[in-house]
Amino acid sequence: MAEITYLEAIREALDEEMARDQNVFLMGEDIGAFGGAFKVTDGLMKKYGEARVIDSPISEIALVGAAAGAGHMGMRPVVEMQFIDFIANAYDMLTNYVATARYRAFLPTPMVVRGPSGGYVRGGPFHSQNPEAGFIHTPGLKVVYPSTAEDAKGLMKAAIRDDDCVLFFEHKYLYRRIKGVMPAGDHVVPIGKARVAREGKDVSIITYAATVHKSLEAAAKLEEQYGISVEVIDLRSLAPLDDEAVFNTVRKTNRVLIVHEDTRTGGIAGELTARINESCFAYLDAPVLRVTAHDIPLPYAPQLEDFVLPQVDDIVTAVRRLMAW
Amino acid sequence: MPRKPTRSAKGGAAPHLGESLPIERKLELYYWMRLTRTLEERLVALYRQTKVVGGLFRSLGQEADAVGSCYALEQRDVMSPLIRNLGAMLVKGATPVEVLKQYMAKGDSPTRGRELNIHFGDIGEAGKTRGFLGQISPLGDMVPVMTGVTMTFKMRGEDRVGLVYVGDGATSTGAFHEGINFAAVQKLPLVVVIENNGYAYSTPTSKQTAAKQFVDKAIGYGISGEQCDGNDVLAVYDCTKRAVDRARAGEGVQLLEFMTYRRKGHAEHDNQSYVPEGEIEQWAAENDPLDRYVRVLLDREKVSQTTIDEIDRRIAEEVDAATDVAEASGFPEPLDAMIGVYADPPVEKPLWFREGADTSSLGKERAEGWGTWDAAKGGNS
Repeated sequence: MAEITYLEAIREALDEEMARDQNVFLMGEDIGAFGGAFKVTDGLMKKYGEARVIDSPISEIALVGAAAGAGHMGMRPVVEMQFIDFIANAYDMLTNYVATARYRAFLPTPMVVRGPSGGYVRGGPFHSQNPEAGFIHTPGLKVVYPSTAEDAKGLMKAAIRDDDCVLFFEHKYLYRRIKGVMPAGDHVVPIGKARVAREGKDVSIITYAATVHKSLEAAAKLEEQYGISVEVIDLRSLAPLDDEAVFNTVRKTNRVLIVHEDTRTGGIAGELTARINESCFAYLDAPVLRVTAHDIPLPYAPQLEDFVLPQVDDIVTAVRRLMAW
Repeated sequence: MPRKPTRSAKGGAAPHLGESLPIERKLELYYWMRLTRTLEERLVALYRQTKVVGGLFRSLGQEADAVGSCYALEQRDVMSPLIRNLGAMLVKGATPVEVLKQYMAKGDSPTRGRELNIHFGDIGEAGKTRGFLGQISPLGDMVPVMTGVTMTFKMRGEDRVGLVYVGDGATSTGAFHEGINFAAVQKLPLVVVIENNGYAYSTPTSKQTAAKQFVDKAIGYGISGEQCDGNDVLAVYDCTKRAVDRARAGEGVQLLEFMTYRRKGHAEHDNQSYVPEGEIEQWAAENDPLDRYVRVLLDREKVSQTTIDEIDRRIAEEVDAATDVAEASGFPEPLDAMIGVYADPPVEKPLWFREGADTSSLGKERAEGWGTWDAAKGGNS
């Protein structure tokens, strides 16, 4: 089997699900004839026609609302946010309407909202955001954020088949940098399950998305230069969080660093820290530490962006600090 | 500047209105309008007895626009109501028992005590569902959702139309604009009804829009628009029927503006201090939709007063019986709160400080008997 990119893996999942289920259809800005700003949906309009790959007006509220309405009626829409930054426009529709639909009205709302997310790409304040924390705070939504090509495909297939709304964050830095060989057959990765990206025994790094790769790089460096054995947990799903996987690694290494590219205050690291504190306090040999972005809108210039976002050396520093306890 | 009634009751309805309807159906229109008013009056009584645990929203003076418009839909069509569309919901099959249980937060209410007032629905397959969608409070949001519902009709080649109600206030939202525009571009079978009742909470339409009339917005969206006297039930029916027929024929989104008047406040707590003196009284005296329609039935349709009295008596009995049923219902079990946020997992675990709670309902997303409608039984389960 040939290697394909993270981006191609997403396209492959969309293609397979559209072929498998007539109810799956795509909506978004410039996704059809043009194939999307990043070409994720390239070729799908040609294959499935304009009725199932819909070029929409610039209307994130309408895209999400229409997906909900279609979902109620038995369709399985997949909506693209051209950049995930624009999901903010649909915040009301997602949190007030979609997230509550099943609970308040017993309405199934199977739908996926997906889009290119994250920084390290010199995209500036409106093409680099990681808005996931705002949505994991809302009961009724599921949130996934894969770091590998295999997970990108398998989680997309799971998201489309899920009977509730799944927000699918795609890291644009990984789109063409990360490749993988897809497992044969119907490859579905269950939502809500973390993955051990690297086994280790001295310290655990809990992370997701692009910083999984930064953490793996740091882990290799720590092993080589300092003889520290680092375990890396890739959360993959942010809502629901895989508490069991988190607690298992804490019990194993007794030292925890949480790394995310999102800003610090109100980020997922705070929630994870609280859960570890409530459930695993006795297992900790050191306080839980965080490496995150600064609480700064993401700037454009490489010197500024690199300073604001977490880097490999920051992770190395933090792990060494944890080990000093 | 007080808002003047658009039309005097003295003239009655123009002779051509409602001519496609036989007298039995004209009497049905009266039944639904009167049921709306009587049921709301009962709710006021229950509110004053503190049996309605949340706010109470009246549609006094707007019964004709809700009933007349929804009456133009077929059973298979889907309608998305607003807070002042109780009449439309009753026409589409919502029952007084359901409405009373909702307001009283009963455990076997359509939303099992999760949502308030008439925020409940029943949509899905034609013939198996009654075809009204549960609304949410943020205004305008239902327009994009109905865009999606009608998009499904178009994709599947189903002969079904959607109708969504918004108020004058909701036209100022982004959701209204995006939803109607997307539906227009896609040429979906959607009728958008703007109920212009003069006020959005306390804000008069003059502060909502600089447009002379809301129907003018149709031009900007490239869709058909029509305006009618919202307090004349036959005019509303005819106007909506034309729009529904056009939508069904593939002519795309239809915008309607019904001119009406909200005689009560936003909700029962609202003292309407912002309303110019005499305005409400003038509408009540000169342009009450029920008074007007009774005149039409008596004078033009030659219906006897006895027939009307008989309908009123029947409604009073039905509302009494429904109240008894609703009052006899129990309240929800607290642990029901944990069920059905997601399909999977079907139930959330109570937090550790609630672990002593009885967990007998765990493992069930939606217990048998939670249904609001059973097509096989032809009634509420």
